[in-house]
Amino acid sequence: MREILVIAGYGLREALRRKVFVVVLLLTAGFLVLFWLGNHFLFQNISGINPPVGIDARAFAGATLFGLAMFGTLFLGVVLAIFLTLGAVRGDAERGLLQPLIVRPVGRITLLAARWLGAVAVCAPYVGLVYLSTMLITGLTGHWWPDHLVVPGVELAAGVALVAAMSLLGSVFLTATANGIAVFMLFGAGLVAGLLGSIGHVLNSHTLERAAKIAAWLLPFEALYQDALRELTAETSGLTGFLLQLGPFGGGYTGGTTLRLWAVAYLLIVGVIAAIGFSRRDL
Amino acid sequence: MAALAVRGLAKRYGAVEALAGVDLEVREGELVGLLGPNGAGKSTLVKIACGLVRPSRGSAEICGLRAGSREARRSLGYLAELFRFPGWYSADEVLELHQKLSGSAGGAHERHELLELVGLSDATQRRVEEMSKGMQQRLGVAQALVGSPPLLLLDEPTSALDPVGRRTVRVLLEELRRRGTSVLLNSHLLSEIELVCDRVAILLRGRLVAEGSPAELSKPRGVEIETDEGVRLFEGVGREDVPQLVAELVAAGRKVYGVSVLTSTLEDTYLEAVGGESS
Repeated sequence: MREILVIAGYGLREALRRKVFVVVLLLTAGFLVLFWLGNHFLFQNISGINPPVGIDARAFAGATLFGLAMFGTLFLGVVLAIFLTLGAVRGDAERGLLQPLIVRPVGRITLLAARWLGAVAVCAPYVGLVYLSTMLITGLTGHWWPDHLVVPGVELAAGVALVAAMSLLGSVFLTATANGIAVFMLFGAGLVAGLLGSIGHVLNSHTLERAAKIAAWLLPFEALYQDALRELTAETSGLTGFLLQLGPFGGGYTGGTTLRLWAVAYLLIVGVIAAIGFSRRDL
Repeated sequence: MAALAVRGLAKRYGAVEALAGVDLEVREGELVGLLGPNGAGKSTLVKIACGLVRPSRGSAEICGLRAGSREARRSLGYLAELFRFPGWYSADEVLELHQKLSGSAGGAHERHELLELVGLSDATQRRVEEMSKGMQQRLGVAQALVGSPPLLLLDEPTSALDPVGRRTVRVLLEELRRRGTSVLLNSHLLSEIELVCDRVAILLRGRLVAEGSPAELSKPRGVEIETDEGVRLFEGVGREDVPQLVAELVAAGRKVYGVSVLTSTLEDTYLEAVGGESS
């Protein structure tokens, strides 16, 4: 346990010292300012909007804007997670950073677990903080609050933690550049699959819906994000709820406890494959 | 018990046979030099001993423990041929990190002593990124010494050092011998190996082709005697023949001014063993 904390601390220091962290913080500040401006002007003008009968304009605008913020938060969290882990094994070994650590009486599994924990210790609070900030911006500016406050944030952070694990797994087998590209492509593929699922639902296309479901099980970080979106308006009913479900930030149709349990199992599977791959790797 | 015992060690990377059944021992307190051209398998052998590479065949033990096991890694210090420390760490922080990982209880005193030993006592708080390559290499040597391991595996520890830095490492190796630390020194610098090592092993294409003390590996090349007629070389004779040779020359009326017993250098032996191979 001591070694895990030492190496996690090493990873944390690496994260804090890297320029990518500063870049992400600057991007976040820019994102939050723009998000506030968007909220400010939208809710300033909302009284002038005459929505169709049965539509709650404030709830519709709030949920859509906050759904957009969730996407931004997920993207920034994923960028951070990938950059903190993409070269953790092969990249660091090629640079000669890993060997001095590995020959110490620290197990390779310990090292992997510690690097993951170090990345999660940075990414999860970051995602939580951005989630909370955007929620406060929308809530205080537009007087709209999500139906569930905590669970969506936790699911978003869990999705980012899964991406960190996938990136760590990739780092065992791929060079840093190849791994970064691969994980970003998986991330993009997941998002596209989620959107296709929404389109399939609107068009009543079972094929598209089935494809989206398969993608959701294969890439549960995307399913967690979709489930988090669904949780935002879980209690919103009527025409507003129906329309929100049709939109790009309406949420997925694969979710609930089974998904969360699968996400945990998926994390374990990724961890086991990474551990086996790393233990067999010559450095 | 040997600090390092390697038996029938073989390693294959795809079609390339890096080691083809090597037997080697580094006894307690012994300083062994590992020589060989590039690609001879020296670094692979050291990496297997550290647990960085898995052998295809054979065994390697550190102080009687299977190489690569956590217990074996507690007993060794390693300096890789190509290594790097995070640039933002100071010299002191690098050693502190390795103290924590190796479970050393030496604290600040040990760190200070190690940095002094490698001539970095003035750079304790200097960041790695602000250090020259030579300073980083000396820090690497200090890192390998954290926790006073009974066996040190040094892969090209002087490759980036200037003559003064090399001398510092040589003095350090002599100090380690005095303390009874076993060392396997992988180096291209024959003079360095000749000066400090108790025993030398020469690898060629994954096989051990010569082994022995520098004196054993050096062969007699004859005796050179300077007389009033000039310098004469007597081939095929050794040190024990000198009194008789001098007596015969004096009896023949020659004036003898100097005698040199010629032996081949480690370089000659090495070149003979590897047949001029360089990569």
